[in-house]
Amino acid sequence: MGLQPYLLLSAAIFCIGLFGVTTRRNTIGILLGIELMMNAVNINLVAFARYTGVASGMIFTVFTICITVTEAALGLAIVILLFRVRRTVMADHLDLLKG
Amino acid sequence: MTEQLTFAGLSIVLVGSALAVVLSKNLFHAVLWLALALTGTAGVFLLLDAEFLAAVQLLLYAGGIITIVVFAIVVTERLIGERLTQTNMRIGGGALMALVLLGFLATVVIRHPLPMTRPEMSGDLTRMLGQSVLTQYVLSFELLAVLMLAGMLGAIYFARPED
Repeated sequence: MGLQPYLLLSAAIFCIGLFGVTTRRNTIGILLGIELMMNAVNINLVAFARYTGVASGMIFTVFTICITVTEAALGLAIVILLFRVRRTVMADHLDLLKG
Repeated sequence: MTEQLTFAGLSIVLVGSALAVVLSKNLFHAVLWLALALTGTAGVFLLLDAEFLAAVQLLLYAGGIITIVVFAIVVTERLIGERLTQTNMRIGGGALMALVLLGFLATVVIRHPLPMTRPEMSGDLTRMLGQSVLTQYVLSFELLAVLMLAGMLGAIYFARPED
């Protein structure tokens, strides 16, 4: 089996994640969509690393996984803080920065 | 042949659970579907001979992130005092954007000549990963440690009790 099916699978997951990020109203739901997109990128990196024989892609995947975990922890901390201050979960209610 | 079958099964599970993550009304269910999707990704990593990455994926992602998200949901539900429901808005626009991007990516992937066979692996991949992380990529590795420390401090700072 070639590289192509893996790339198509990861493209599909990335687009589903993008759909979630753009349409979810709940902030935590948006974060879940971002996780899906990161996951798709990881599949891409590992597949390319395996099919080209260059191991840097796998090391890069280790780094992305760690960075994603940090990002999730910080993002959720910010969400909890926002809930404390604004008492709302919905992204369209969080319009403090609207001009 | 078994590889194709396993890949097809994993793809169905992955795409189905990913769709459930972005479409389910209940936030808890969405998180559980995300756990399934992340576990399926670990299976894809196994198909690609990356056993170490599959283990890391299960431990950090499926273990760590799911726990954090469930914590966040429980805490915020208690703060608000009502059940969180999940709705989507502007579904048409979002779906259109995602489909256009998918079409674009698929055309690029299909039109491009891509390798059909994997090069033979020489030796233990996990050992090689560990060695290059501590030699060639040691600077990025240390930077990553600093990043995780900063992230941890930031999360603790955000979560401090109100004064």
